[in-house]
Amino acid sequence: MGTKYALGAAINAGLRAAMTRDEKVIVMGEDIATLGGVFRVTDGLADDFGTDRVIDTPLAESGIVGTAIGLALRGYRPVCEIQFDGFVYPAFDQIVSQLAKMRARSQGRLSLPIVIRIPVGGGIGAVEHHSESNEAYFAHTAGLRVVSCSNPDDAFHMIQQAIQSDDPVVFYEPKRRYWDKAEVSDEPSRSLHEAAVLREGTDCTLVAHGPTVTTALDAAAAAHEDGFSVGVVDLRTISPLDAPTLRKVAAQSHRVVVVHEASTFLGIGAEIAATVTEECFYELEAPVLRVGAYNLPYPPAHMEDRFLPNVDRIIEAVDASLNY
Amino acid sequence: MTVTAEPTTTSTPEGTPSVPVTKSSDILEARQNDPTSTAPFQLVEENGNPTRAGDDLGIDLELAQQLHTDMVLARRLDHEALALQRQGELHLWVMSWGQEAAQVGSIRAFRDTDRVFPSYREHAVAMCRKIAPADILRQWRGAAHSGWDPKESNVHINSLVLGTQTLHATGYAAGVRLEGSDEVVVTYFGDGAASQGDVNEAFNWAAAGSLPIVFFCQNNQWAISTPTTTQMRTPLHVRAAGFGVAGYHVDGNDALAVHAVTQHATARVRSGEGPALIEAETYRLAGHSSSDDPKRYRTDEELSAWQAKDPITRLERLLRNAGVGERHFSDLEGRADTFAAEVREQCKSIHGDDLATVFEHTYAEPHPVMRSESSQYLARHDRTAG
Repeated sequence: MGTKYALGAAINAGLRAAMTRDEKVIVMGEDIATLGGVFRVTDGLADDFGTDRVIDTPLAESGIVGTAIGLALRGYRPVCEIQFDGFVYPAFDQIVSQLAKMRARSQGRLSLPIVIRIPVGGGIGAVEHHSESNEAYFAHTAGLRVVSCSNPDDAFHMIQQAIQSDDPVVFYEPKRRYWDKAEVSDEPSRSLHEAAVLREGTDCTLVAHGPTVTTALDAAAAAHEDGFSVGVVDLRTISPLDAPTLRKVAAQSHRVVVVHEASTFLGIGAEIAATVTEECFYELEAPVLRVGAYNLPYPPAHMEDRFLPNVDRIIEAVDASLNY
Repeated sequence: MTVTAEPTTTSTPEGTPSVPVTKSSDILEARQNDPTSTAPFQLVEENGNPTRAGDDLGIDLELAQQLHTDMVLARRLDHEALALQRQGELHLWVMSWGQEAAQVGSIRAFRDTDRVFPSYREHAVAMCRKIAPADILRQWRGAAHSGWDPKESNVHINSLVLGTQTLHATGYAAGVRLEGSDEVVVTYFGDGAASQGDVNEAFNWAAAGSLPIVFFCQNNQWAISTPTTTQMRTPLHVRAAGFGVAGYHVDGNDALAVHAVTQHATARVRSGEGPALIEAETYRLAGHSSSDDPKRYRTDEELSAWQAKDPITRLERLLRNAGVGERHFSDLEGRADTFAAEVREQCKSIHGDDLATVFEHTYAEPHPVMRSESSQYLARHDRTAG
């Protein structure tokens, strides 16, 4: 359509499209109706769809997910907003023990088509508990799907694909990219669980998701100026991983560096490194390296620039891989 | 006389909306939300005589016989299941004996179209919803994590993480409300679960949204080895008022009282008055499960005192006093024997599915990890018949 949207506005448009298409889609969370959400992602939805379908809930995250499960059992397709990444933990049991397992526990009789939207990551100078990257917790749980959008076009299409899924989907939104603008196409270019090769590279490939995709693209551009061909894969899907695309780029560039905001220890990068190593061992010229946050609680805002992966640290890892 | 007369509208104080209620309304209306009411509502004394309220409201003998039948069969299931566990046929069994009146008295006051969200000890409820013994035992035989299809019985699968189901029930009730249906949702939980955050979130959520849900607490006095006094300072039926939920306190070993109270609460909830909480005082006469040894934490004196309040004995005395002939009891004994044989036979007929089915049931849509790991699995093992 050629229209430019900010990433947050693209999710809003995607929610609007999903709600128009299917009256069973309802949106629920804290401050999402009258206020339009603290990031305004649900702005105007209550006006257009009414407060029966755009629901301001009590401030209780376990309650949000727990009641969404009940609504889904009744035939609805709830989209829950968790206000900030660090607020999802009170709902952990409802997500991990209830939402994820209900289908298997009921021998396939009960499906829970629920989307949990979580603004994720740091970089906005926030107070504590507002900057976390917790995708590995959920990706480790069978029964959930976990996706992460990095740009407005994906945001618009992926939220609709997530809502259409009959499985529960944890949907990560890169909060520091909410205001990044780009064109949004009419039709999705790929399915929900496909990674996107944003830049081809023959020397090394960076694999990133969510907020670090832009950082990886900047690093690849910098490497290009130095004469290296560095590719970038936007993972998009964390669970399941798009293993075929990872295999393809590993075979093409022989070196892989994973970038994410979460701590590297037992992060998604570890799973990617294992997958690539298991499946492309003889193609690799260097071990898969990881660039992530240090294994610390998320630090106060004035330290976060030194905590988060940036272009310099990515280049450092690319150098290490090339010189291995 | 009956306590289950057609709902009528009683006159209410000015400014209070009138609600359709049963004949038991006056007494129950006065008791509901009365924090000073400490004695639970009773219709039948332990010796089988009607209480004053029982005399005033009348005893529905037909209902009493039905509830008595339900309870005797439910207890028989418990006896057989525990024996089957001891014989190695079940991995675990959680006994509901002692709590039959709370379960059958309440569930018989709902419509079959009202969705139930149980905890895990509600076998008597399941039986009243015509769930077959094999389906009740399946989970405890280790054959599956759940036994029945909620879409057929209108009973959700058991929830073993305490209290989680109260939020599912609340969300389901929100859906009922959105559709303007006159269904009511009921969720069962215990005194232990009442300490969980989820349960308290559910009370608040349901009250804030004025949702059509009945929270039914079987206060059986013990959460494994933890007594109710360790769980809470404020009794649950009193706590209800703080949430804006209509609170009821009933003798959970008095099936007729439980039925009357539940019927009253349900009518109120169905008419759009918002949620209700019923605290039924009862007692888990057996251990928490087949693995528990209650002698480690409670006295023989306490047990004897509660055995004297046995809900089945109480109703049997009432029925005999009212002239119900031996025929009812001997027929029932015969029926229970037949049922027991059926329970044993059905138990042994339960065979679990192959692990391959778990790969199929974890996700609704195709998933590459399920695909690759299930093929690895199937390359190692022959799929066994279900």
